[in-house]
Amino acid sequence: MGTLNILVGVCLVYVAFLFLIAFAAERAALEGKGSWLRSPLIYTLSLSIYCTAWTFYGAVGYAARSGLEYLTIYIGPSLVMIGWWWLLRKLVRIGRSQRITSIADLISSRYGKSNLLAVGVTVLAVIGTTPYIALQLQSVTISFDVFSSAYGAELTESTRGSNALLVAAGLALFTIVFGTRNLDVNERHHGVVIAVAVEAIVKLLALLAVGIFVVWGLAGGVGDMLARIDASEIGLWQMRGDRWATLIFLSGAAFLCLPRMFQVMVVENEDEDHLRTASWAFPAYLMVMSLFVVPIAVVGLDLLPAGSNPDFFVLTVPLATGNDALAMLSFLGGFSSATSMVIVAALALSTMVSNHIVMPIWLSLQSGGASVSGDVRHVVLLSRRISIAGVVFLGYLYFRLSGGGSALASIGLISFAGVAQFLPVLIGGIFWRGATRTGAFVGLTVGFLIWAYALLLPSFGAGILVSEATLSNGPFGFGWLRPQAFFGITGMDPLVHAVFWSTLLNTMSFFIASLIGFPSPLERLQGAQFVNVFEHSSTPQSWSGSLAQTEDLMVMAQRIIGAREAQNLFEREAKRQGMSGLLPEPSPDFLQRLERELAGSVGAATAHAMIGQIVGGASVSVEDLMAVADETAQMMEYSSKLEAKSDEQARTARQLRQANEKLTQISEQKDSFLSQVSHELRTPMTSIRAFSEILRDSDRLSEDEKTKYSSIIHDEALRLTRLLDDLLDLSVLESGRVSLNLQSGSLQGILDHAVASALTGAGAAKMPVARNRQHEAVTLHTDLDRLSQVFINLIGNAQKYCDATTPRLRIEVGRSSGALVVDFIDNGSGIPKTEQAVIFEKFSRTGEQKVKGAGLGLAICREIMTRLGGAVEYLPGQGGAAFRVTLPEQVALAAQ
Amino acid sequence: MTAKHNIPFLERQSYRRRRLIDTIRMLPVIGAVLWAVPLLWRRTQNGGEVTTSDAIIYLFCVWLLLVVAGGWLARTLKRSDAEETERGR
Repeated sequence: MGTLNILVGVCLVYVAFLFLIAFAAERAALEGKGSWLRSPLIYTLSLSIYCTAWTFYGAVGYAARSGLEYLTIYIGPSLVMIGWWWLLRKLVRIGRSQRITSIADLISSRYGKSNLLAVGVTVLAVIGTTPYIALQLQSVTISFDVFSSAYGAELTESTRGSNALLVAAGLALFTIVFGTRNLDVNERHHGVVIAVAVEAIVKLLALLAVGIFVVWGLAGGVGDMLARIDASEIGLWQMRGDRWATLIFLSGAAFLCLPRMFQVMVVENEDEDHLRTASWAFPAYLMVMSLFVVPIAVVGLDLLPAGSNPDFFVLTVPLATGNDALAMLSFLGGFSSATSMVIVAALALSTMVSNHIVMPIWLSLQSGGASVSGDVRHVVLLSRRISIAGVVFLGYLYFRLSGGGSALASIGLISFAGVAQFLPVLIGGIFWRGATRTGAFVGLTVGFLIWAYALLLPSFGAGILVSEATLSNGPFGFGWLRPQAFFGITGMDPLVHAVFWSTLLNTMSFFIASLIGFPSPLERLQGAQFVNVFEHSSTPQSWSGSLAQTEDLMVMAQRIIGAREAQNLFEREAKRQGMSGLLPEPSPDFLQRLERELAGSVGAATAHAMIGQIVGGASVSVEDLMAVADETAQMMEYSSKLEAKSDEQARTARQLRQANEKLTQISEQKDSFLSQVSHELRTPMTSIRAFSEILRDSDRLSEDEKTKYSSIIHDEALRLTRLLDDLLDLSVLESGRVSLNLQSGSLQGILDHAVASALTGAGAAKMPVARNRQHEAVTLHTDLDRLSQVFINLIGNAQKYCDATTPRLRIEVGRSSGALVVDFIDNGSGIPKTEQAVIFEKFSRTGEQKVKGAGLGLAICREIMTRLGGAVEYLPGQGGAAFRVTLPEQVALAAQ
Repeated sequence: MTAKHNIPFLERQSYRRRRLIDTIRMLPVIGAVLWAVPLLWRRTQNGGEVTTSDAIIYLFCVWLLLVVAGGWLARTLKRSDAEETERGR
């Protein structure tokens, strides 16, 4: 009896330790110091609530009865985890972006936030989980029993019952304390998660310790152990293929659909990245957990008297060999497995029950709807707490009623098959946009009816809930409806039979009903959101806020998420909208955000309904959809406008840069010209002054000298006049005050005159000019003097600047698109590209200043040609400097 | 020289990443096939020809292989993700 007291003491200490750890974790998270709480390791360990007492005790019993079949229960989830990229990644992303609080919330959200569906899923989840909770209570009670009988203290039926009740009450208390401390918008429970993680380590260590003790303590190491396994009654592979495949599928499906797994995997997920680690670490955990199961089973079968319950070999083997400490550790492991499962399952179920059943009922009972004042948070918390207690009590009730007789494994499998009915709806919902609410409803109903009829009811035994006659002959004599042999197909394993038909008919009816029906707009929007979650992670579904009273919303939000949080949220929103004060405009955007915040506390469907009550119109109208579409169109239009605008800006910038370059160059030219002009003016002025002083002051000058000096003065004065004439000419031309003296004449004559004038005085250096006189036989009607001035200038330039050793000039006359063109091409090195842009500017002079000139010639030419309606431009690529004079069509035509 | 080699290098990176994800997608299929092998083992009324110890060794080897491969792939993917982010894409 002393050991038993120690056991109770250890249990209490352990529970106190868990409370402490959970409390510390909550504190750390609250103070923002809990970064270690959000590690991939904790996430992986929290997933281990998959391994319940069923794993800890039941797996050994399962192995002792059916050999390696127990492995299927861990192979299925391993495959699901390793295939995380297919499914879990998407599920977690959806859960995070939609603020999903439970699997019922997920399914109801996906199918148009239907509360009916949420209620259905919740009820089914409770039905599916209750036996499982009972199983945990049963295992804890029996393990107590095993301990006490080992020490000769037989427990009476009543103490057994009160034990279970005590355990149930303790678990409910823990869940209430740490599961409903606050209404977290993200529905995360650090305390619970950390406690679960610690328990995961405890159960792993306990099972490993027993396993190592068995293999190296009782058997003689690995080789001996393998030989013992082969020699035992489960020594040969006797697995039925259909059971093997079905159970792997079933456990994988249950892993995804169990409410408690959904809770830790999706809802409590802190970071999508954790999934990446868990994808291999969790299969590793499962592998280690199942490693020693067969050795323990085999040694237990060997060691213990025939007829002892193999489900508790993990406890009885150490006890039988007098290893009390190990047995104690093993007991704690089993205790951990059971408690962590019950805690999380109760938490997950209570969220569902409270959000989808209690709150909607409470809301509809309130006459004033959602906008009556008063804090509703206590109502939510209270409903959660009652739900937790209710769920755990249901489990206890089932345990008392079923009498705790069945093997652990079979209860677990029935429960698995029940929740696996969610799978088609879940997978269809996140991969197929065509899945509808009607389809989901029909599929789930069909699946659960078949599950209940073919598996659950017969499991209580023939003659209890299903009569013997029904089992063997079918209901009312319909042979093809026999619960364990549909359509007369006999010989199937009952479990395989039930899983096969329920899954098949569930999927088929879901599919067909989805095809036939037509989804509501909200369903279609949510469907697109879920299926394409990776393309866009925000909800498009929108509230029309024109009728909403922000104040009412504020009142409601305060009641659900608390006064301060609500005020902060509204203030933030108002600031975002650029308004002062506390109340933002009820824009669809804001309503949507608010709904999501509320969804974290009360579930999507309830939040939608509550806002719907205030805003008016609980469903999305065509106008809303139009508004969304409009908004999108506007956004697209706006962005394309922006794009066009930025293109335009780039073009303008380019033009500005070019203009700026030109301006800089011109300014430089002007500076250099000014100094040039001053120089040009000063040189003749200096000589004029000097020579006029000589003339004035010297009396003994010869006549020759006088003539020479005065002609120098004259020449210099002429040069000055010419320069000033040029400047004057240019300014007249530029200001447009020039009057043209229109005459008719032949081009040939003008060119003759121009060549003669330009080359006068060149003497021996006179450059040869090549011309084609036939082409020049064109009569022009224009200001011939001005035109001739241009020609003279161009020919003179060629004479002055051509740097070839034997300079030559070619004058070509032709037509280019109707206009008359006269090209002057020399054989020099031409004008570099950088300077081509500026040679026509005033005062521009190219390259080395070999020849003196003011740099006005080409500028004047350009001005003249502009006046004459033509143009002069540089012609690149002619093997020398080339200028093209273009005369407008009418100049030439008019004369012909 | 380096500039010329840079562009195909980037493409090769994202190509590798795609194939890496393909491998991750394929891994559960490989696992399912390997774990389906027991369906082929002969089974008679009194048990089959395969001993339980052989079956245990085979099944756990598959398990270990999947865990190691999964861990390696997850790590490689994370590294490749980090490189992608570094490159600002």
